[in-house]
Amino acid sequence: MSAMRYERPGTLEAAVALLSGATGAARVLAGGTDLLVQMRTGRIEPQLLVDCKDIPEMTAIVADDGGFRFGAATPCMALVEHEAFTKACPGVIDGVKLIGSIQVKGRASVGGNVCNASPAADSVPALIAAGAVATIIGPGGRRETRVENIATGPGKTSLARDEILVSLLVPRKPPHSADAYLRFTPRTEMDIAVVSAGVNLTLDRDGVCRKARVSLGAVAERALLVSEAGAALIGTTVDEAALEKLAAAAAAACKPIDDKRGTKAYRIKVAGVLARRAAQIALDRARKVN
Amino acid sequence: MADTVLYPERELKVVGTQPVRPDGVPKVTGLAQYGADFTLPGMLWGRILRSPHAHARIRAINTKKAEALPGVKAVITAADLPEQKFDYVGPERVAINFWHMTRNILAREKVLYEGHALAAVAATSKSIAEEALKLIEVDYEVLPHVIDVDEAMQPDAPLLFEDMITRGVQPPPTKPSNVSKRIEFKLGDVDKGFAAADEIVEASYKTKPVHQGYIEPHACLARFDTDGQAEVWSSSQGHFVVRTFTSRLVGMKVGDLRCHAAEIGGAFGGKTVVYVEPIAVVLSKKSGHPVKIMMSREEVFKASGPTSGASMTIKLGVMRDGRIVAAEGIFKYQAGAFPTSPVMNGCMCSFAPYDIANVRTIGYDVVCNRPKTVAYRAPGSPISAFAAESTMDLAARRIGMDPIEFRLKNIARPGSQTVWGAKLAHAGFAETLHALQKHPGYKAPLGKNQGRGVAAGYWFNGGGESSATVHVNEDGTVVVAEGSPDIGGSRASIALMAAETLGIPYENVRPIVADTNSVGYTQATGGSRVTYATGMTVINACNKVIDEMCVRAAKLWKVERADVIWEDGHARPAGKRAGEFEPLSFKAIAAKRTATGGPITASAAMNAEGQAPGFSAQFCDVEVDPDTGYVKILRYVAAQDVGRAIHPGYCEGQIHGGVVQGIGWALNEEYIYDRNGRMENPGFLDYRIPVASDVPMIEAIMVEVPNPNHPYGVKGVAEANIVPPTATIANAVHSATGLRLTDLPMSPPKVLAALDSARKR
Repeated sequence: MSAMRYERPGTLEAAVALLSGATGAARVLAGGTDLLVQMRTGRIEPQLLVDCKDIPEMTAIVADDGGFRFGAATPCMALVEHEAFTKACPGVIDGVKLIGSIQVKGRASVGGNVCNASPAADSVPALIAAGAVATIIGPGGRRETRVENIATGPGKTSLARDEILVSLLVPRKPPHSADAYLRFTPRTEMDIAVVSAGVNLTLDRDGVCRKARVSLGAVAERALLVSEAGAALIGTTVDEAALEKLAAAAAAACKPIDDKRGTKAYRIKVAGVLARRAAQIALDRARKVN
Repeated sequence: MADTVLYPERELKVVGTQPVRPDGVPKVTGLAQYGADFTLPGMLWGRILRSPHAHARIRAINTKKAEALPGVKAVITAADLPEQKFDYVGPERVAINFWHMTRNILAREKVLYEGHALAAVAATSKSIAEEALKLIEVDYEVLPHVIDVDEAMQPDAPLLFEDMITRGVQPPPTKPSNVSKRIEFKLGDVDKGFAAADEIVEASYKTKPVHQGYIEPHACLARFDTDGQAEVWSSSQGHFVVRTFTSRLVGMKVGDLRCHAAEIGGAFGGKTVVYVEPIAVVLSKKSGHPVKIMMSREEVFKASGPTSGASMTIKLGVMRDGRIVAAEGIFKYQAGAFPTSPVMNGCMCSFAPYDIANVRTIGYDVVCNRPKTVAYRAPGSPISAFAAESTMDLAARRIGMDPIEFRLKNIARPGSQTVWGAKLAHAGFAETLHALQKHPGYKAPLGKNQGRGVAAGYWFNGGGESSATVHVNEDGTVVVAEGSPDIGGSRASIALMAAETLGIPYENVRPIVADTNSVGYTQATGGSRVTYATGMTVINACNKVIDEMCVRAAKLWKVERADVIWEDGHARPAGKRAGEFEPLSFKAIAAKRTATGGPITASAAMNAEGQAPGFSAQFCDVEVDPDTGYVKILRYVAAQDVGRAIHPGYCEGQIHGGVVQGIGWALNEEYIYDRNGRMENPGFLDYRIPVASDVPMIEAIMVEVPNPNHPYGVKGVAEANIVPPTATIANAVHSATGLRLTDLPMSPPKVLAALDSARKR
């Protein structure tokens, strides 16, 4: 047991300076719903915690060119209760709503969910499908990257040790677009995805799918963007045949493991089922929006 | 939701109402003291070192470095506990062997499961205690291990005890094995029965061990003083059991140990034994400080008792008219690391709901490298009922009979012969099935992928030893001091019965669970015995108080005792003095305490007999997702004979609780082990008990067939409800999919695999 330093800077620059100057293990603290649990079980023993909830940009939700930008430390409940955000990004909200209980969501952040880098993170496949872009700050300034480029494996990210995920941008959707996210868990709540799927699609005026992004969770070492699955829908009216192709492409992209939450065979089979069901929900939603 | 079938016999004023429980407000405000909420000046924190191996010989333990760590005040191992005699003591169904028990508290020759305790430290802070554990050096010789019951019974299986010879086999086997015991019950001639049967149905089943899943981990505070007197505050179903076990394991006189029952955050049978109490007492003795130990959730999963997993085969012989003419069951139950699973209960309860002329049940008690099993709600009965009631469903299908009709055709009635020799003495089984059958949902149409299942279940229910004292206060209120830790609302039901008997308002009765030095011996809260046995004891004490109140009134009126009667909460002159005086209220007599002879108090103690068994019959509707294997429970209806509902809300709560735990058992709960025998899911995230949104509103039908042996007709209500759910759900899944699932839990991957293999055929 060694002493741990806790800091709560008010600016991004100060936060980056703290991380850059850290000699031992350092962690960024947002809601703490993963971090504190890992500390309690002894999985990690950080010497420095940088609490980023006092940095205004990291907890703000702002409209941005028809899309939405939200701070990485914004509590999930703030997004769930943001009417315009939920209307614009129903698929992302599908995922966010499934994270823990209401109490947990009062603390947990989407940024933390992304940086915890669990292959089963509920907000991630929906963000990937939505084409979300992350803004990251480090000693050299800001950079941007797609959400699918952040996690590199379970618990591992492409962020340098002195970089912080600042915000996430969910871009504006074209007309007749919608997204959806579904996960499979043996329990209805308070569970972790055995398999999950996020689908974001855009129809033209004739109901033909023009764009589609499909992402799968918990079927590989990180959430996958499955372009073959998206391609299966493009140019179709998302009919039975297209959904069959989508399911087959999704199943084919899986590289799961056997673990306490599910078998390989089960995950592969259910990935196709969920991708198909999520696409159906996204389709129904897209038909209803202008 | 509750539907009550009444068999009225006398008018009751208080019993049957639903007041707030006496312990309700402190539980809601957070002031109630649970096991972890006690502290004393100078208190130390105790932590326990546990085995990382499923099976290993302990070559040496070195505690020197831990003892040298500043802040560490005591370190103990099994060497600090006295050796115990190898002897099975107590009634056979619940036999205890202290030689085993002390080895489960702290391992001696071997560690027998991951999480097995083998040393403990007391230190000035939790983190120092934690640090000290890392400094204890253990030299292990890791041995091959065995988890599964069928594998543990193989001739070449790793042996937990190299000298264990199976009991109950004549002549005794010459070779040791993991089979601790074989038992057999026989009624009639099964071979003749099967030979005469029109149809024979046979199937084999497996179930997994499941944990009681109480929210509150085990916790205690102990202080051992220089005069040799010790005191323990702990979360337990029986503080007298804590006293008996702890004093024996530590090697002290029963009279030197005083035990207090904390409020309890769930137990379900899992807190009828001790884990941390003897360790805390010895650490306190060695350090000279009070010591507190709190288990973590991980420790609870890895080192406290689940109930058994099992491997079972059932064979039923039936006639085309629905009569069962022969039944046979073979039950192999895991005991965990030390002998004595509830397999005997399984053998006795499996066919107990039915009147069958020819029955044979055979049980095997098998040790394996997992935590020692301990009681869990109707211990043993839900396991054998899964096999028996699934096969009952197969038999009903075979002859094309409605499953409730089939059970009614064979239902046991007063006078029916059980396999263990006794004759059923109480009615209620058929009445419960009739009540279930009348539920409008039973005939409701089902949709696509939906199915309906029925099952029934039996539990003995308990009586036993209880003590109570009733104290009358000067304002007419009373204190009822009894010895049963309250795990299911028993203080409320006891206060209701006391108020009814005395003729005073419920709010004027203050029930408490007194410590072991403040009330007479009382067995643990278990076996659904408290409302029956402790309730009857309290009623007896109240009747003595009434007699004393009449004596006091006679004194005030200067009449003979024989000329005073008690009616409606008042003493009235009667016989030759009838009408001479105004009746005296309970309160008025209490106020004259000093002038009429001093304190008014009465005690009662008894070994209650005449309890009636519990019986529950249930149906449920499920929908099975053909693409994911997910089983959704659409409707659940549970009928149970409750004798008389003393507090209907808490009876209903017991039915809800038993069914929910049964649903978890059926669908998702299991221990997942890695190849080294280490548990991979020691937390509620991956050990999946149901959450509220997983279950529908459970419809409880309380059938009231009073027990004539109890003044208010009480039958135990806490356990029979968990017996039918696993088979009820399996039978519903069969109805929805055409597939018979014989392996619990019916988790989505298992259901999907079954559906897929059926689709391939």
